[in-house]
Amino acid sequence: MIGLVQVYLLAGLVFAAFALLSARDASNPKRWVNAVFWALLALSMLTGDRLGDLGNGLLVIALVGIAALGGLGRGAGPDEAKARQERAMRHGNRLFLLALIIPLTALAGTLLFKSVPWLVDPKQVTLVSLALGAVLALGIGLVVLRERPVAPLQEGRRLMDAVGWAAILPQMLASLGAVFALAGLGKVVGGLMSQVIPDGSRLGAVVAYGLGMALFTMAMGNAFAAFPVMAAAIGVPILIGQYHGDPAVVAAVGMLAGFCGTLMTPMAANFNIVPAALLDLKDRNAVVKMQIPTALPLLLFNIGLLYWAAFR
Amino acid sequence: MNLLVLSGLVVMIAGFVLRLNPLLVVLCAALATGLAGGLDLLAVIAAFGKAFNDSRYVSAVWLVLPVIGLLERHGLQERARLLVEGMTGATLTRLLTGYLLLRQTTAALGLTSVAGHPQTVRPLLAPMALAAAQPKDEAEADRVKAMAAATDNVGLFFGEDIFIAIGSILLMKGFLEQQGIMLSPFDLSVWAIPTALAAFAIHGLRIWRFGRARR
Repeated sequence: MIGLVQVYLLAGLVFAAFALLSARDASNPKRWVNAVFWALLALSMLTGDRLGDLGNGLLVIALVGIAALGGLGRGAGPDEAKARQERAMRHGNRLFLLALIIPLTALAGTLLFKSVPWLVDPKQVTLVSLALGAVLALGIGLVVLRERPVAPLQEGRRLMDAVGWAAILPQMLASLGAVFALAGLGKVVGGLMSQVIPDGSRLGAVVAYGLGMALFTMAMGNAFAAFPVMAAAIGVPILIGQYHGDPAVVAAVGMLAGFCGTLMTPMAANFNIVPAALLDLKDRNAVVKMQIPTALPLLLFNIGLLYWAAFR
Repeated sequence: MNLLVLSGLVVMIAGFVLRLNPLLVVLCAALATGLAGGLDLLAVIAAFGKAFNDSRYVSAVWLVLPVIGLLERHGLQERARLLVEGMTGATLTRLLTGYLLLRQTTAALGLTSVAGHPQTVRPLLAPMALAAAQPKDEAEADRVKAMAAATDNVGLFFGEDIFIAIGSILLMKGFLEQQGIMLSPFDLSVWAIPTALAAFAIHGLRIWRFGRARR
């Protein structure tokens, strides 16, 4: 059955190629640092299940050490703006068809693979389809554009250098959430939150719940981590239990209030920090700053919706 | 109540204020909360290692970079710019509003990975937005690119919960079941619709003002 194992194998090979090409990148003053960083990530993808928990922990410490002590370098990619312009004229709009192979395969795969559960792990159809789309686009692209196989890996290495250590920040934050849960952080925050709500105020409880979802999401970088905490502290016992609110509204709109928090925090790295790196923005927080004026009125809307719709 | 486990949150906020390397801050936050929660040092490291290994799917998305790089080498960004410049009436407002609508609709159908920052924003949307906006300087170009990224996020977040089999809906259903409250995913997803409409209205208005300021 095709599932995460095959996706990790592919990702591991891609990171291994980035490591090799980094080691040979004379334009990067820190080429060995980059090479070791991507090699460790390749190791994690390829053999993570055999390293043991402590082994994986030490691997993470090594990755963090590299990023914190001096950090990664950045190789100068070939500056061939002119050549790119020329190729763009020659290939025409065929390039868009190639670019659309990834989303179209992801779309078709997500819909079709669900009916062949013996072939593709039903829980992983989207990730498998995305990986398949990338492979298909790469294969077709190499033929149509008449490129050597090393060219896409070299260009991928260039893009990866631009992202740098931020590439693993989302995975690190996901892992942090697991440790927080293990230590019982959620229960403590929930206990504190339930103490600050004024007694007998339905509006107060709604505001504390909505704001709490947004703020706790901002601290954790993830509404999924905030929801069980706030729902257990305020949502279920007070809004549903005490004031007989509609559970569907309390849960669904509470989660969306959390999503407003996701828009406003650098801790949601894959949505807010990684794109800033991918798009070469000077200010790492430029995307967060752009989102705040959308997030705040939307949070207000969600709190209002909770108040009106949950207690019809 | 063991208030010391909150130390991880304090470390996160302090590290952010002091602008330390975020990877280091995350690791220290895990150590602080783990130790305060009664685990020994090696157990915290092992717990973090296990969680890191279990969430590798988060970083697997980088395997699309070689093909994006290949297309960029052959002028995908330049082509995207040419396409927009060739379209009469392709204003920044229309481009971003159209993308917002498309992203919300596809996400509402469960197709969250169809678009995204590596898949569509960097290679297609950002260069198209730049072509439509014709920014005067680099700071202005950065604002346009940031707006493109923000539009992708808003479209994704406030579209996906309408789909009944998305992670957050399943999480809510599972949590409520543990509390003895039975709901179908449909009951939950239907309540994502008002916020989806509000998000389109609010962010659409911002795009309109953003575009008008750049004409």
